[in-house]
Amino acid sequence: MQKKRSLWLHPAAKPLLFLICCSPLAWLVWAATMDQLGANPAEALIRSLGDWSLRALCLTLAITPLRTVANLPALARFRRMLGLFAFFYVTLHLLAYGWLDMGLDLGDIAHDIAKRPFILMGFTAWLLLLPLAATSFNRAIKALGAKRWQLLHKLVYPISLLGLAHFIWMRAGKNNFAEPAIYGAVLAVLLGWRLLRRWRSRGVSSARLT
Amino acid sequence: MKHPSLDLIPASEITPQAVFEARRDWLRLMASGAAGVAMAGWAGREALAQSPGKLAKLPGARSTVPGAMTLDKLTTYQDASTYNNFYEFGTDKADPARNAGTLRPRPWTVTVEGEVGKPGTFDLDSLLKLSPMEERIYRLRCVEGWSMVIPWVGYSLAELIKKVEPTSKAKFVEFTSLADKTQMPGVRSGVLDWPYVEGLRIDEAMHPLTLLSFGMYGEVLPNQNGAPLRLVVPWKYGFKSAKSIVKIRFVEKQPLSSWTKAAQQEYGFYSNVNPQVDHPRWSQATERRIGEGGLFAKKRPTLMFNGYEAQVGQLYAGMDLKKNF
Repeated sequence: MQKKRSLWLHPAAKPLLFLICCSPLAWLVWAATMDQLGANPAEALIRSLGDWSLRALCLTLAITPLRTVANLPALARFRRMLGLFAFFYVTLHLLAYGWLDMGLDLGDIAHDIAKRPFILMGFTAWLLLLPLAATSFNRAIKALGAKRWQLLHKLVYPISLLGLAHFIWMRAGKNNFAEPAIYGAVLAVLLGWRLLRRWRSRGVSSARLT
Repeated sequence: MKHPSLDLIPASEITPQAVFEARRDWLRLMASGAAGVAMAGWAGREALAQSPGKLAKLPGARSTVPGAMTLDKLTTYQDASTYNNFYEFGTDKADPARNAGTLRPRPWTVTVEGEVGKPGTFDLDSLLKLSPMEERIYRLRCVEGWSMVIPWVGYSLAELIKKVEPTSKAKFVEFTSLADKTQMPGVRSGVLDWPYVEGLRIDEAMHPLTLLSFGMYGEVLPNQNGAPLRLVVPWKYGFKSAKSIVKIRFVEKQPLSSWTKAAQQEYGFYSNVNPQVDHPRWSQATERRIGEGGLFAKKRPTLMFNGYEAQVGQLYAGMDLKKNF
């Protein structure tokens, strides 16, 4: 246990995680230039960036449960970076959609969103991520005060649900729910654990009151 | 109705001179096009288009059917055989190429039944000999918003229909695809209600452009593209063209297509390509031509009846195409 903890605190741990988080993008850039993205590279790129957005969000949300359940408090130092990478991949996903699929034509994008409300869901999730990314540095935490900052960052829960709904809805037309079901299960565990913890602690405190 | 194979070398395996000369012409054309492509990766993709050389040859004479030879640049064989919707082999577009190796396209029979004077079961060899093979270069527009240009090999479905003598009650034709769990892993999933069923109005089925296809790019169909025989209806969204057909049934009432059954408000019986009638959840005004210009290519406008309006428009004269989507 001691050894593990010291590994998590190793000065190289963060830079290493940074490189790992960059690797999906590096792979996609390489694959796009080498024509390894298949017959429809634009679609492959947009979808893959969406997949990595959801994965980064799930990883970010896994930090607190892992920290508690596996008793690894050192994991907390990675949460911010993972959250920012989630924002980074969502932003790239949105840019890739707007550019590669819609040719940056705002009229087309508006028409597309009216036709495909699931895009509005994804877009809303990105909008809600903006204040979180903007308040991710230490001074912002200080300026807001820990309580308010924490409350604001609870937005990550609706964001993750919006992201999941966006994915489910996108697949609905083709009855293809296998992959969204996996993300749904992961999120159910991660958010369910929090609800359970809250319900338990409330149970304890009310027990104390009586 | 079954014809025994008489010849040792099937007629379909002999390349007429005119055909291979024509093919050399377009190989040259493709090669010159490829030279202009800057990126090495993309040039490599062009090179793959020329001669797949993977499966048995199936040449066809240049079709003289009006509209059957579009001049659009061909999609590469690589793209046309690795980016497929064929849910019997999985829902991802790379799945059919990965999983269709288990399909056994021979021996194969097609049952023709229903409102016909001469019902029967045809084996593949008798179908291959039923009419001379033609090469036809069609645009293929998927309902999802992408398109390809594919040189198919086959003959008009009308040739088969005439042989089986439909009765006056035959108003529609229903096509059923193979649904065999041992050969098609996707059939175990509940994505669609198997087997896959598609249908056409009899006049649509009789239209000379409606192709019974056995091959593409001068070779027999790869399994993932619907071997050993499939329908190609170029003015309708791709899903209307049933693959790996085992049954053709002539009926009086409009058949219920698999996708209509799955989502009635989204996939209509006609499903003619129409840029003015959007899918309920996305626009059909434009399409991405696969392999055209790479990552940053602009989409191209979708054409009415996929560009076959001159040939098929009269089939729908007076019909409300918004209602009959």
